[in-house]
Amino acid sequence: MNKPKIRKGTIRRLLGYIKKNYMKQFIAVFICIVLSSIATVAGSLFLQKLIDDYITPLLGDTSAGFGPLLGAIGIMVIIYVVGITTSYLYNRIMAVISQGVLKDIRDEMFDKMEKLPIKYFDTHTHGDIMSHYTNDTDTLRQMISQSLPQVITSVISIVAIFCALIYLSPVLTIFVVIFTMLTVLVTKKLASKSSKYFIRQQSSLGEVNGYIEEMLNGQKVIKVFTHEEKAKEGFEKLNNKLNDDMYKAHKYANILMPIANNLGNLQYVIVAIIGTVLSLNGSISITIGTLVSFLQLTRNFTQPINQVMNQINSIVMALAGAGRIFEMMDEKPEQDNGYVTLVNAKMEDGKIVETEERTGLWAWKHPHHDGTLEYVPLKGHIELSNVDFSYVEGKQVLYDISLYAKPGQKIAFVGATGAGKTTITNLINRFYDIEDGKIRYDGININKIKKGDLRRSLGMVLQDVNLFTGTIKDNIRYGKENATDEEVINAAKLANAHDFIERLPDGYDTMLTGNGAQLSQGQRQLISIARVAVNNPPVMILDEATSSIDTRTEKIVQDGMDKLMEGRTVFVIAHRLSTVKNAKAIMVMEHGRIIERGDHEQLIAQKGKYYQLYTGAFELE
Amino acid sequence: MIKKLMKSIGQYKKETILTPIFVSLEVILEVIIPLLMANLIDDGVYGREMNMVYKIGIQLVICAALSLLFGMLSGMFASKASAGFARNLRKNLYFKVQDFSFSNIDKFSTSSLVTRLTTDVTNVQNAFQMIIRIAVRTPLMLIISLLFSISISAKLSLIFLILIPFLGVGLYLIIRKVHPLMKRIFRTYDNLNNVVEENVAGIRVVKSFVIEEKEKKKFGKVSNSIYQDFSKAEKILALNSPLMQFSIYGCILLISWFGAQIIVNSGMAELTTGELMTMFTYSIQILSSLMMLSMVLVMIAISKSSAERIVEVLEEVPDIKNPENPIEKVADGSIEFKNVSFSYINDKDKECLKDINIKINSGETIGIIGGTGSGKSSLVNLIPRLYDVTEGELLVGGRNVKEYDLEALRNEVACVLQKNVLFSGTISENIRWGNENATDEEVEKVCRLAQADEFIQTFPDKYETYIEEGGTNVSGGQKQRLCIVRALLKNPKILILDDSTSAVDTKTDSLIQKAFKEEIPGTTKIIIAQRISSIENCDRILVMDKCKIDGIGTHEELLKTNEIYREVYESQTKGSDANE
Repeated sequence: MNKPKIRKGTIRRLLGYIKKNYMKQFIAVFICIVLSSIATVAGSLFLQKLIDDYITPLLGDTSAGFGPLLGAIGIMVIIYVVGITTSYLYNRIMAVISQGVLKDIRDEMFDKMEKLPIKYFDTHTHGDIMSHYTNDTDTLRQMISQSLPQVITSVISIVAIFCALIYLSPVLTIFVVIFTMLTVLVTKKLASKSSKYFIRQQSSLGEVNGYIEEMLNGQKVIKVFTHEEKAKEGFEKLNNKLNDDMYKAHKYANILMPIANNLGNLQYVIVAIIGTVLSLNGSISITIGTLVSFLQLTRNFTQPINQVMNQINSIVMALAGAGRIFEMMDEKPEQDNGYVTLVNAKMEDGKIVETEERTGLWAWKHPHHDGTLEYVPLKGHIELSNVDFSYVEGKQVLYDISLYAKPGQKIAFVGATGAGKTTITNLINRFYDIEDGKIRYDGININKIKKGDLRRSLGMVLQDVNLFTGTIKDNIRYGKENATDEEVINAAKLANAHDFIERLPDGYDTMLTGNGAQLSQGQRQLISIARVAVNNPPVMILDEATSSIDTRTEKIVQDGMDKLMEGRTVFVIAHRLSTVKNAKAIMVMEHGRIIERGDHEQLIAQKGKYYQLYTGAFELE
Repeated sequence: MIKKLMKSIGQYKKETILTPIFVSLEVILEVIIPLLMANLIDDGVYGREMNMVYKIGIQLVICAALSLLFGMLSGMFASKASAGFARNLRKNLYFKVQDFSFSNIDKFSTSSLVTRLTTDVTNVQNAFQMIIRIAVRTPLMLIISLLFSISISAKLSLIFLILIPFLGVGLYLIIRKVHPLMKRIFRTYDNLNNVVEENVAGIRVVKSFVIEEKEKKKFGKVSNSIYQDFSKAEKILALNSPLMQFSIYGCILLISWFGAQIIVNSGMAELTTGELMTMFTYSIQILSSLMMLSMVLVMIAISKSSAERIVEVLEEVPDIKNPENPIEKVADGSIEFKNVSFSYINDKDKECLKDINIKINSGETIGIIGGTGSGKSSLVNLIPRLYDVTEGELLVGGRNVKEYDLEALRNEVACVLQKNVLFSGTISENIRWGNENATDEEVEKVCRLAQADEFIQTFPDKYETYIEEGGTNVSGGQKQRLCIVRALLKNPKILILDDSTSAVDTKTDSLIQKAFKEEIPGTTKIIIAQRISSIENCDRILVMDKCKIDGIGTHEELLKTNEIYREVYESQTKGSDANE
């Protein structure tokens, strides 16, 4: 079976996080763990001596009294107090370290994620990305706060007890070592068997849960087709398989402990017999007291070994999870070499001057190579010349696209799914970078413009509306945090959203959760339009913004959009030709090329593809 | 609640009962073994009696073998019982949901049902395995070890009398402080996941509004509150092991001191040195059992809410059931609504249909038009009895729908829902949902009727093309046509299309309408649409508004008499976008 792979350098990198902020604490933890383990070992040694040194001598001759025992107990109290204190300290400090490191990793992960290019999100499933924050971080937490200290403690105990064993009897230690190795071998075998079935169980569980999810999502269709029995049959098959794998996985895990424990018991008996025989026939010089101590210690020896064995599995899993997290962190972030910025401007003596205040007038600040500064007023002139593009190398999706939109013009794209309409808009806001050709914004190559400023100057309304948890007001001012309530209301009015928002029980303060699930599709779209309106961008991109809304609602949304489009450069992609009819120019796209262009009348007169579409002789999609 | 869950043990009763029995036997042996070990030392090693060493050694080996056997058996039975329990529980839930009516499903919501059948079942299963093994094991271990240590030395056992309550109270206090914190942490985790999910799903919005910094701050805040709460909780939990150590160490020292005195004063009569060693083993067993017990209790408490959610589903009563002595045959495709009112939540003030009266003849084609929320879908959902009317009567084929066998009724009333779902599988498999035994010829014929054959033939694998979950690899218009085919294949007496051609272009749409008219004239057809063009040729058109029928008539009649209809017609033809 495929074992989780550990990425190279994962451990060093993890330690790096500890080293960066928590080095002192970590050293303190280490010292505390050592002290606390020593206290534990000292405790076992004390018990060995208790009988031989303090009780047996008194049995014959009580004259010495309990003084020495009291003294020894006194020393033990001190040792134990140290043990307990250090154990408390390391647990407490470890809580801070593990949570701190996790927070650092989490924050860095999110920080990195926000910087990743759109491509990453288009090529990874949401579930995969989410699991870095849930499963992977969780295994990591368990490792840092539990497995790590546990392993350190166990190793120290093993070493200390092993030394004590050798000190007491080297010959008998050999037997113990042989037996221990046998135990490790057996448990390892069982553990690997168990993990094999655990992996199978996970995948069966995934299958069952996937099936449940698909069927429940289509439950109403199942009812309509009285398909219940079939749905049960399919479920039964998967459920029984899961049952089988689950049973086996747990079976091996469950019998592991009794086997390890009783092998320990067996070892005790064998060492006792060998020890007694050897000591009685004088082959080795060992006192009975020492033999008893030795026997007791062997019992303490197997326990930490089993513990380490138990932890190894979870450490491997955690490291694999950490590897996946680091993999995401190491993805190449979005590159931004832009140096042209968007600034507030005002006119002074017929010249554009940069200013701090909000003038409503914007300009591109363009530093040239020769050190001169140029201010270009923001107008919304977009030009594409000879643009080629492919998402995956070798699969070109756009061929030689050239077009322009003057400030205030509306340009429409029409064409089947996959013709490349959305791709063009993805290039304008630089979600993806073009391969060949040029895109200019107000005459400036968009590669020179800082991405943030470029995107701020473009408003986007997409088919799939994404709202965020928060009030409606928060959502509308999403792109402009310091927008006043008045601005928010004006934007909502512009988008025709004001009326329905007012009718909600809490008005603008209505809490939205789950992507605004309590609103209708049309209402959510209106909010997303208002969200763009607040920003007042000179250029807007509307990508199928009304296609999933019924015609009556669409009329309201359309009115909102029409008002918003006034005076702006607009790129509109639409399924319904009514939306695009009044555009200055309509681009009909097919297989990544513009095959027809012109305004509505011209295209109808051409009697080409557009004409066919318009007369319903041809189906989009 | 527990009784309801226990039912899922089903055929695994034997294993469920055997597990704790073998666990108990194992525990008894685990307590006996240290006693034998003490004897081995006292009578064998110290006594230098080789025979005794062998004799007790063999006893020990037998006990170890038995303990191994019982341990393995209990482990195996436990895994069988818990996996089987989970299987049955999952099955019972799933089968239960299959019996749910639409309103039952609406009540829970699909996503919540999915969680209940997946995550919650896993939680309850873990708790179940824990209960039949560890929850039996630890208290038993505690009691038996205590009894044995009392039998060795009642005097020394008094020490436990002090330490057990001390440790118990300590653990209780820790749990009581940590539990609410943990609950809060789980909630904050949900928040964190929510922020991430919203960012992943809405990354285009985040990037186009250049709002990364704000989102980072938002995430940082949630992340920090997890850090605060979690380190606080862990700091409290850090008291756990020192508390445990304090009890064990205290126990060891007290036993050493008093034990030594008893041994010496009684000259090994009351207590032997070997027995003293055994007391140490027991004391560790007793105290760690207590600790385990506290952990088990916490785990069970956590799974309690999952169990509650599961029981909610199990206890839900499906509100549409087959009548006794049902009618198996639907006579014809006539439909009659008599004073029908309907509310999804049985609330008179929130009715979605008010006082509907209409008689539809067999073979008639009826168009329905109206705005969102006007009650169109509610109206047609009543016909196959997906919901029950709140008031009035609904007749299909001259009989009340409540008198029919559900399957018989739904086989004759085919419904293409607004929210279409295709399932993962081939096109042919998906279509055959309508009729499993349909021949290839029948399938193709129906596909031609619904204008689907044409595009299916363009796929490389034709009818064997694999449809991804949710039908993501076919276009909206294709998906709708496949769903129509699926319903047509049933050869129903009544066919309902709930806005099922909205993504199909007008030309294809009219071809479908034409085929309906020519190929299945005897079938009653009810068509809900947004586009006037989809319904203008219907025999009669219903205009729905505010949960009532606003007008009935042909296209021409309604244009003259019905204001809403005229308004919609004009909005769709003005600027000639009827051809959108």
